[in-house]
Amino acid sequence: MTLQFKPSRRDVFKGGGSLVVAFAFAPAALAQGAVQGAAQGPAAGAKPVALDQVDSFLSIDDKGQVTLYSGKVDLGTGIRIGLQQIVAEELDVPLASVTSVEGDTALTPDQGPTYGSQTIQNAGMQIRQAAATAKGALLAQAAQHLGVDKADLTVAAGVVTARSGGGRVTYAELIGGKMFSLNLDEAAVPKNPADYTIVGKATPRRDIPEKLTGRFTFMHDVRVPGMLHGSVIRPPTLGATLQSVDEASIKDIPGVVKVVHEGDFLGVVTETEWAAVRAAREIKATWSKTEPLPEQAKLWQHVRTTKVVKDDVTSNIGDSAAAMAVAGKQLKATYDFAIHTHGSIGPSCSVSEFKDGKLTNWSASQATHNLRKQLALMLSLPLEDVRCIYVDGAGCYGRNGHEDAAADSALLAQAVGKPVRVQWSRADEHGWDPKGPPTLIDLRANIDASGNVTAWESEFFIPQGAGGNVDLLTATLSGKPADNLLSPGGITNDSAIPYKFPNIKTVCHRLETTPLRPSWIRTPGRMQNTFANESFLDEIVAALGADPIAFRLKHIDPADSRGRALLERLKQVAAWETRTAPRKQGTGTTLKGRGVSYVKYELVRTYVGIVADVEVDSAMGDVRVKKVYVVHDCGQIINPSGVRAQIEGNVVQTVSRVMKEEVLFDRGMVTSLDWATYPILRFPELPELVIDLIDRPTEKPWGAGEPSAAVVPAAISNAIFDATGARLRSVPFKRDKVKAAMQLI
Amino acid sequence: MSLRRLGSFVVAAGILIILVAIWLVWHPAIAPTAESAAIPSDRTQIARGADLATIGNCSDCHTAAGRPPYAGGRAIPTPFGTIYASNLTPDRETGIGAWSEEAFRRAMHQGVDREGRNLYPAFPYDHFTFVTDEDVRSIYAFLMSRPAVANRIPANELDFPFNIRPIVAGWKLLFLRQTPLQPDPSKGEEWNRGRYLVEGLGHCGSCHTPRNVLGAEKKDNLYAGGVADGWNAPPLDASLVKAHQWSADQLAAYLSTGWHRQHGAAAGPMADVANNLGRVSPAEVHAIATYVASLSAGAKAVAPTLPAGGKVPAGQPAAVAALYDGACARCHNSRGDVGPSQALSLSLSTAVQGAGSANVVRTVMHGIQSYRTEGGPYMPGFDRMLSDAQIAALVQYVRARYSDQPQWTDVAAEIAKARQEGTQP
Amino acid sequence: MKVSLNVNGKSAELDVADPSTPLLYVLRNDLGLHGPRFGCGLGQCGACMVHVDGEPTFSCLLPVTAVADRKITTLEGLLVDGKPGKLQQAFIDEEAAQCGYCISGMVMQAQALLNRNAHPTDDEIRSHMAPNLCRCGTHVAIMRAIKRAAA
Ligand code: FES
Ligand code: FES
Repeated sequence: MTLQFKPSRRDVFKGGGSLVVAFAFAPAALAQGAVQGAAQGPAAGAKPVALDQVDSFLSIDDKGQVTLYSGKVDLGTGIRIGLQQIVAEELDVPLASVTSVEGDTALTPDQGPTYGSQTIQNAGMQIRQAAATAKGALLAQAAQHLGVDKADLTVAAGVVTARSGGGRVTYAELIGGKMFSLNLDEAAVPKNPADYTIVGKATPRRDIPEKLTGRFTFMHDVRVPGMLHGSVIRPPTLGATLQSVDEASIKDIPGVVKVVHEGDFLGVVTETEWAAVRAAREIKATWSKTEPLPEQAKLWQHVRTTKVVKDDVTSNIGDSAAAMAVAGKQLKATYDFAIHTHGSIGPSCSVSEFKDGKLTNWSASQATHNLRKQLALMLSLPLEDVRCIYVDGAGCYGRNGHEDAAADSALLAQAVGKPVRVQWSRADEHGWDPKGPPTLIDLRANIDASGNVTAWESEFFIPQGAGGNVDLLTATLSGKPADNLLSPGGITNDSAIPYKFPNIKTVCHRLETTPLRPSWIRTPGRMQNTFANESFLDEIVAALGADPIAFRLKHIDPADSRGRALLERLKQVAAWETRTAPRKQGTGTTLKGRGVSYVKYELVRTYVGIVADVEVDSAMGDVRVKKVYVVHDCGQIINPSGVRAQIEGNVVQTVSRVMKEEVLFDRGMVTSLDWATYPILRFPELPELVIDLIDRPTEKPWGAGEPSAAVVPAAISNAIFDATGARLRSVPFKRDKVKAAMQLI
Repeated sequence: MSLRRLGSFVVAAGILIILVAIWLVWHPAIAPTAESAAIPSDRTQIARGADLATIGNCSDCHTAAGRPPYAGGRAIPTPFGTIYASNLTPDRETGIGAWSEEAFRRAMHQGVDREGRNLYPAFPYDHFTFVTDEDVRSIYAFLMSRPAVANRIPANELDFPFNIRPIVAGWKLLFLRQTPLQPDPSKGEEWNRGRYLVEGLGHCGSCHTPRNVLGAEKKDNLYAGGVADGWNAPPLDASLVKAHQWSADQLAAYLSTGWHRQHGAAAGPMADVANNLGRVSPAEVHAIATYVASLSAGAKAVAPTLPAGGKVPAGQPAAVAALYDGACARCHNSRGDVGPSQALSLSLSTAVQGAGSANVVRTVMHGIQSYRTEGGPYMPGFDRMLSDAQIAALVQYVRARYSDQPQWTDVAAEIAKARQEGTQP
Repeated sequence: MKVSLNVNGKSAELDVADPSTPLLYVLRNDLGLHGPRFGCGLGQCGACMVHVDGEPTFSCLLPVTAVADRKITTLEGLLVDGKPGKLQQAFIDEEAAQCGYCISGMVMQAQALLNRNAHPTDDEIRSHMAPNLCRCGTHVAIMRAIKRAAA
């Protein structure tokens, strides 16, 4: 490799180190809450953001400080430190000298939205490759500089020395402030994991101390000089049209600047945040009446009869129809999974500012590059005139309202010609963030006389579409351009199963539409599908009088040694006792049970096995999840404490979803508009957790942000079955369903 | 009559009185059950018992805050002192584990414990006496199947002379009527079922019927409204003043969810009732609702004359309006729709129209928090946020804005009482 | 309208346009504090929790004009000489934050418990913390942190 430190582009960043100063300016300015500076960083296009350039990902300044430009953002999952560990490890620099810029469309490469538990395994690997390329180039230059052979060099803390002695040179001296101007080299060989000193070590996140002391700047804390506040008044029912607005109705509220009324978009801009809250709640407007939603009580009927636009066959092995037709023990069941909301604790928030016709938007979007395109489309702006900058928000677990709030603020900022901050209300968030769609699943199996499962068939009723962009509410309401696509996320994943039965057919009926605007919520589809598959498998196990773990071990791919090892480990960790029928243990009305569930995520990555212990009050129908054991293999672990935190979050959040959560609606609109009507898990209901991580330092690192959530619902359902002999097939497992399953009502 | 004859008459009468008194006061102990006695195991019967015990709100009194359900120990304040609810779990030492079904039935029907002691009528056996043997059996089965919790209950703290148990016999003689309820053939089956539950297990009259000086319900004034834990339990009879007529369906929804679109939220002790009824079979709740709705059948609803936003009250300081706008209006909005936390316009509130401020004061101070785990109406308590003077001003402001009634005169006293009753978590 | 507040031991004179403005907005927007957070504005989640005269209080529902001269403490007020206080440090040591949005409220709520009960049991912690919501599922780590501070 030849040296490619081309000075040609240096003039873009006048004054040598100004590049880094400019870059460093963004996060530093944010930390002070004076964000306006960030927008005046390098002009868009000055720094490369293309995925094939090393400079898109990394820069090293004249003090040796490394900046990582990451297209993936830290949604509170701790991924920032994980990516920094990868960079520090690969470059052999101290972790403390690596900082990050994330999700700024002018500065960071488009590595795709931050979702699907892919940050480490995809983006992290791009970054590792960029760092490996960079290091190769740095060593080559050092060899030249020191007049020694490259193989003779060693690096520690950003200082290159020759083993044979005779001089040293620092990264800062080699490149400080200049660009690599290198293509990312797919062939660059990353460091041998055996030599790791940073990756694989539990490493504290740097944001946590700031979050504990009030020094952290969340999106919600971003303030821009001259900024006004806005809020949006939504239609009382979906699709209602705005007929009239009585602007005089808010004339007594101090500080109202403007009522913005465009199509069915109604917003107010005010001087203070509180005035925006008051104006939104007090303004009088009349709307048409609409009833676009099905009756909630008939939701599953509605889903079943929604038009199917195509079938995705996700696995088809042997001839399941023929095998199903053979006489045998036939099992059939229908599972369903309620509509869920993201329920971010901080409602969505965004700031927009127009300068010279160019829009800068700050938001906590998990996909600023996509948001940029959407905002440009909505406002008919050239793409170059829109810059989106990520700032950490409250956890979002998928595409919640961030992008919509961004669009709200952009529209209002344009309307008043001043920067506008929009803070969604709790009802905005619960009512209008896109929802995890309702999922209905039919399953069938046939068992022959000698106890072999001869056929497995399943049909999933799920909306069409995949990931991508969820239409901006603002665009829809104001009648501006939008994509008009359904984007529920990759929800066909894990509809196929990791078990070897001779005849299998799994089909996803893709529905034309779904009652509420859909999007992905943590573990989209995989959670619903794994719930049905792993619970139905438990039904088969029970019908056969087999042990749930032994049965799984028998039927996963014999060559899949990691899957086997995981299940064996789970047996140990949970002190599993072999059983062949529901044990219904306990005295009197207190029954205890444990259930198991397993997934090989999307059949290709992270393995998780889980055992849940439940206690059922069999007279009252109350279920408590007491303890959860998780065994987790996501390959090479970058940051064990980060992985643990992700698993804890997955399990606790999913216990909440499965035991309690369900979006409520009437014929016009969501009615569960706050925590009172959409309760989530509270401390007294918290289960105990035991987490066991299998580290495989020489394997690829896989995601940990979702997989352990996928297995929670079935483990609980199976545990309730073990305790009571009753099968819960409908999420959430609320008391009346438990009582009905136990035939108590 | 000769002196001698008079003397023997007096002696005879005295003996008779003593005998009667002994007959009244004395009850034999019922032998403890064998340690090895089987735990009831009929699942259907236990579940039935669970439903019935829940309708009876047994766990409300027999559970102390933060302690396991039915393990007793909760302090029940009465005008005569404090009574500690007994431990109903099958612990043999401290609970009712040694009680036979017969002993349990005697307690329910006659207010006598296993050892033969009279029970204080804080335990509403004047209602439970109507519960059929069959239902008592189910409740017994349910209680016996629950986990045993060792929890020794402190002695009651009653004033003299109420601390002398035999005095209860006199109370029973006056107020306990053990005649079973006869179905009213002129009414439907559901109404009769509802009446059985309301008069018996539900013991609704315990709160909703006024009591006499001896703490007994005034039988000539049934369901004319009473008091519970400092809250006004509104009348259930035709004297009920309300914004909207209660239909049985509405009442059933209210009783099982704690809320109805036209009537608002069940708060205070009624929230516990609603929480319980949310757990029992909808048919039973509907029966209860049918009977209760029939009690006020003659009452006319007084639809609110005030708009959802109320009226701008005269003579209220601006600072109080600001308090309302900052603390209350986020939920109790002026649009007339359902606000966050399932809040309604206060112009619909019965409590705001009421003669006394007890319920409004307590709702403001303690909030409505009983539904937090399962979901339902919610209100934070403002007792720690606001001073007494601020609460008083706010309460009067609400009264002025959302009713046509004169300002209350009892607000300061109610606030003081509510502070004494303690805060909720 | 002029209001004076006592926040974290300092007094502040402010001009508030609307006397109904809840304390939360004043702390965040006028005093620039990032500890207390807006989560619901309804007293349902605890993100906005501060201490008023030592009692954990939802600042989103407390009109600033009602506060008068009571002592307000925010997350920032728990710092000792600019360094994390004991409970804050325990949260840091246990990495008890994911997105961290709920955490300020969690700390304020937990601190109130520790102030009157230095060694609470697990059950006492759980029931005391019941008003505060976390969506990231950080509860397990939060429990560890509180117990560490109480040890
Ligand atoms: S923001 Fe105050 S309780 Fe949620
Ligand atoms: S850490 Fe994200 S809400 Fe609690």
